[in-house]
Amino acid sequence: MPTEEHVLPDTALDVIAPACHDEEEYEMVYHKPSTMVNVAMHYCPGCAHSLVHKLIMEVVEEMDIQEKTIGIAPVGCSVFAYEYMDIDMQEAAHGRACAVATGIKKLMPDKYVFTYQGDGDLAAIGIAETLHAINRGENILIVFMNNAVYGMTSGQMAPTTLAGMHTTTSPDGRDVSYYGAPIKVSELMANLPGAFYVTRQAVNSANAVRRTKKALQNAFKYQQLHKGTCLIEIIGNCPSNWKMTPVEASKFIDEEMVKTFPLGDIKVPKGV
Amino acid sequence: MKGNEAMAEAAILAGCDAYFGYPITPQSEVLEYLAREMPKHNRIVMQAESEVASINMVYGAAGAGFRAMTSSSSPGISLMQEGISYIAGAELPCLIVNVNRAGPGLGTIQPGQGDYFQSVKGGGHGDYKMIVLAPASVQEMADFVYLGFDLADKYRNPVLMLSDGAIGQMMEKVQFKPYTRPAVDKSWATTGKPKTRNRNYITSLFIQPERMEQHNLKLEEKFKKIRENEVRFEEINTADAEYLFVAYGLSARICQKAMDIAREKGIKIGLLRPITLYPYPYKRLEELAAQVKMMLSVELNSGQMVEDVRLAVNGKVPVEFYGRMGGMMPTPEEIVHHLETLIQYHHAN
Repeated sequence: MPTEEHVLPDTALDVIAPACHDEEEYEMVYHKPSTMVNVAMHYCPGCAHSLVHKLIMEVVEEMDIQEKTIGIAPVGCSVFAYEYMDIDMQEAAHGRACAVATGIKKLMPDKYVFTYQGDGDLAAIGIAETLHAINRGENILIVFMNNAVYGMTSGQMAPTTLAGMHTTTSPDGRDVSYYGAPIKVSELMANLPGAFYVTRQAVNSANAVRRTKKALQNAFKYQQLHKGTCLIEIIGNCPSNWKMTPVEASKFIDEEMVKTFPLGDIKVPKGV
Repeated sequence: MKGNEAMAEAAILAGCDAYFGYPITPQSEVLEYLAREMPKHNRIVMQAESEVASINMVYGAAGAGFRAMTSSSSPGISLMQEGISYIAGAELPCLIVNVNRAGPGLGTIQPGQGDYFQSVKGGGHGDYKMIVLAPASVQEMADFVYLGFDLADKYRNPVLMLSDGAIGQMMEKVQFKPYTRPAVDKSWATTGKPKTRNRNYITSLFIQPERMEQHNLKLEEKFKKIRENEVRFEEINTADAEYLFVAYGLSARICQKAMDIAREKGIKIGLLRPITLYPYPYKRLEELAAQVKMMLSVELNSGQMVEDVRLAVNGKVPVEFYGRMGGMMPTPEEIVHHLETLIQYHHAN
C-alpha cells in the first residue's frame, strides 16, 4: 500500500484500511496497483469503470511509465478518473478530450497520452474532436467506454443506445426511424488511415477482463511506435441505469449488446 | 507589417511553444504566417478542425506547462467561450487574440468593437475574468503579445488581446523590442508524475459546494490583485481638459484626430484610452470626473464600454455615447460635430 499522503478528493468516502496480512504467514498473490490512489471510488456496484481504471493503471505500473503517462478525464461518470489514477491528468470539457490530448501530445511526443471517454462524451458531443484526432493519427490511446447510456445524468439515450432499448429519454424504446441506429464508433473510426489499432472488448467476465488488459498492453506498447491512434472500445456494464442487477447486466452484454457491438479486433497493425 | 503578422512574429519572439487556430477573416494571416514560420523554430502550429478544438488544444498544451496561444475573430471567439471558461476555472495561462469584427451572428468582416461585453464581463459561464488588452496600433499588437504571455504566466490566468479588423489588417512600422522571458514556476503542470511528488491534475471541477466556493474565493483574490496592479491606460491632453473622450483601440485612434480638430476650434478636450479593458481604469476616470464637464465614450458598437465609464463617474458629470456599427467607422469630423452638439445641449440645460 502506498504510504504517500493525499489530500482527500471530493469523492472520497473513506480511506481504505491497509490490508491485514502478515507477510510471514501469507504469500501476497494480488495487490491493487501502486499507480492507483488509495481511496474508495464513487462508482455503483457492478460498474465497469473501476475495473477499467485498474486495468489501465496495472499496465502503467507493469510498464513502469507512471512518470511518462498523462491521462485526460472526460465529462460523464468517469469525470473523477483523476481522483483514482495516480498519474498526472487533465480534466477536459465535455467531448473535448481528444483535442486536449492533441495539445499535450504534440508538445510532448515521447509521453504516453490517453483519453478516457464515455459514449455521450466521445460519440455525441465530441465526435468531431475524436474523428479529427484519429484522422491526424495522433499517437494517443483513446479508451472508449460504451455502456449505451448517459450514466452520470442517470440514464438518457446515448448515440450508442441499442435499437428498441428503453432509456429515460426513449421511454418507449429507441426508435431508429426517428433517432437513427446506434453508432458503431470503432467500425467507423477504423476506416480512417490514422487509426492504427482498433478493438472492441468487454469486462463482464474473467476472460473478457484478460482480453481487455491485453488490448491495453498492446495499445500502450504501440504508442512508442508513433504510427497512429489506438482506439479501445470497451462495452461497459451499467446496472444502475439499465435497471438490472450486476449479474443481469453482465448477461445483457453477452446476450444483447454484442449483437450490435460484436467483440474482437477491428483493425490490427501488421508486422509489429 | 500588418497588425496580424506583427502579432504572429511577436508570438515567435515571445517563445510561444504552440499555436492552434482555425481560419476566419479578418485574421487568417496569423495562422498562415505561423504555419510558415513556427516549424522553422521547432514550434508547434496546428490548424484545428474548429475553434472549439483549438481552444481545447490550448488547454492541453497550457496545462502541460507550455506557452500556448490561439487567435480568431468574433464568431470564432464565441465558439471558444466554453473552453475559455474551463481555462479560467483551471487557472491555465494562455494568450487568446480576438480580431474583432462586427456582429451579431455572421455579421461582417469589417472592424467592430461589439465584443466588449463578451471580453470583459465574462463571455463564458461562471465567475471569471480575463485580463483584456486593447492595442491601438500595429506596434501594440506586437508589444501586447509579450505582455499578454507574461501576465498570463504571472497570474495563471487567460489573457485576451482584443484587437479589431482594422488594426489587424493595417500596415504600420513595427519594432520588435528585445525580450527576456521571466522565469515562472510551472511545477503544477502535467508533465508526468515522478515518484518524488504527488500527481498534478488540471481541473475546474469542485463538486462539493464548500470546495467550489473556496476555489471561487481564491480566483476572486487573484482578480483583486489584478485590479490593484495591472490597470493600464494612456492619457492625452488631460491636464487642461474640460471635456474628455474615452475610447479604446481603433476608436481611440479616430478620437485622437477628432481631439486635434476640436482643440483647433478652442474646445479643451482630452482623451483617456484604456489599455486594459479588464482591469478597467475606474479610479482615474473617477478623478477626471471632478475635473471635466462631460465625458464622451466613442465606440464601434451600440454603447458597451460607456456603461463602465458611467460606473466610474457615478453620475458626477454627464457621460455621453457616440458609436457606429456594422463595420462603419465615424470620421473625426462626425465625432467633433456630435461633441459640439452635446456641449451646446448641456450648456443650455
